[in-house]
Amino acid sequence: MIARLKPFIFLLCLVPFGQLAYSAYSGDLGVNPIDFITHFTGSWALIFLIGTLAVTPGRRLTGWNDLIKLRRMLGLFAFSYASAHFATYLVLDHFFDWQAIGKDIIKRPYVTAGFTAFVIMLPLALTSTAGMIRRLGKRWQKLHRLIYVAALAGVIHFYWLVKADIRRPAQYGLVLAVLLFYRILVNWRSGITKSLPGRPVRPPKRIIPKNTPNLFPGTRPDED
Amino acid sequence: MLIKKPADIKSSEITPKELFLNRREFIASTAAATLTAGAAIWGLDMMRPAGRAYAGEKLPNVKKSSYSTDEKQNSFKDITTYNNFYELGVDKGDPAENAKYLTPTRPWTVSVEGEVKKAKTFDIDTLMKLSPLEERIYRLRCVEAWSMVIPWVGFPLNALIKQVEPTGNAKFIQFVTLLDPKRLPGQKPGIFGNVLDWPYTEGLRMDEAMHPLTILSVGLYGENLPAQNGAPIRVVVPWKYGFKSIKSIVKVRFVETQPKTAWNTMQPQEYGFYSNVNPEVDHPRWSQATERRIGEFLRRKTLMFNGYGEQVASLYKGMDLKKYY
Repeated sequence: MIARLKPFIFLLCLVPFGQLAYSAYSGDLGVNPIDFITHFTGSWALIFLIGTLAVTPGRRLTGWNDLIKLRRMLGLFAFSYASAHFATYLVLDHFFDWQAIGKDIIKRPYVTAGFTAFVIMLPLALTSTAGMIRRLGKRWQKLHRLIYVAALAGVIHFYWLVKADIRRPAQYGLVLAVLLFYRILVNWRSGITKSLPGRPVRPPKRIIPKNTPNLFPGTRPDED
Repeated sequence: MLIKKPADIKSSEITPKELFLNRREFIASTAAATLTAGAAIWGLDMMRPAGRAYAGEKLPNVKKSSYSTDEKQNSFKDITTYNNFYELGVDKGDPAENAKYLTPTRPWTVSVEGEVKKAKTFDIDTLMKLSPLEERIYRLRCVEAWSMVIPWVGFPLNALIKQVEPTGNAKFIQFVTLLDPKRLPGQKPGIFGNVLDWPYTEGLRMDEAMHPLTILSVGLYGENLPAQNGAPIRVVVPWKYGFKSIKSIVKVRFVETQPKTAWNTMQPQEYGFYSNVNPEVDHPRWSQATERRIGEFLRRKTLMFNGYGEQVASLYKGMDLKKYY
């Protein structure tokens, strides 16, 4: 099913790029086009980062395990939009003024945060191939946990650059917090069951009423 | 060899003005007729959608001024669709869209009070006749590091100041924007409370306010000011960052001590009371050394006092501008 949907989703992920290209072509980028492109690509990079991080909770909550097959694609789209965002800054905004760019990265916390997010995503994108996954084995997962840091840095980057209206960075921050908190909760729950010595704990029946949807598969002791 | 001079056409003139003025007249007259008939039934609220009634009206007898720059002006569209006017929305395009809530800006009064001998409330139409209207083509440098060249229409603020005769105690002037969340929907609190402490306030030192470059603007491109640019009357101080040039004012208060100003109250380390354009004093979060002139690709160097140093540098002689940013 996912295999058949995937090409469509791929095209869907390209829609923002297409929209941007079309707006540029029709001269519809507004009064400050460089600003527009910067914000547009930056927002989509964040959205795709969050989308990538939503895959695992999505799988667990829906039981639709095939969703995992979308994760690499979403992650690479996040990286693509982030690259476009960085390229906009480099070329359109500062036109290779390396001195100004270097100063910006060191001196301006919001640029430092954004640059950090981008640099972190680089090795993740490079090690996203099947070959690299095989070669890195267990270390692959460890390395790719860095996406949490990248997403956090991305949201902080946005939060630090707004002048007064923090609503939009706060929205991204909230969604990211929910996604990260979910993971903490799952780990904590499975941690409890794992850490108890001896036989698995069986809570008295009925504590969890029948037909309650299982939000954390694999973690409920009376499962199966 | 023949070297062709680039055509010296204002961008606003490229769109045949008559064409859309005619249309506007047609719409206005149709609207007026409909409204007169409908007013009795629909009540006074219906008068509002006449909308652009005042913006877009040609201002008579506008003199040229030697204070104007001859740099290429930004188009009417640039100036009226890319605005920071948080009371009409925080995105640059919002104020143009939400301008309808503020228009028409009649009736409108400005009360002048505080340390003056002749406190008075001026009707906007009286105020506009206080002094001959001049075109002042000024550079505008936003604190966000972009800039424009704008043909304002207005008169020196000192003309108003002289009318009301400040007392010896008047050391500063505070300006206050209209407070009316119905007409300025951005003043309604959001989930994080208010973006700024409404109403928006700004202030100038007396000598800054008296300076001939400081104007009260009532127009743009020879016409009445559109709402998104601060209709019906606003301050323009070209050597300071744009946020000092407060929009849609209803109150001018002469005071003895440095008054409260909106951005300074909200973030004092980032927005000083003076906020003179200064390439050497960065905003704590970004550089002020360069700016993007709207319509240009490469950034240009920001000039001290936005290029008005010759006229205003003397106001700040002996002051540490890093401290009084």
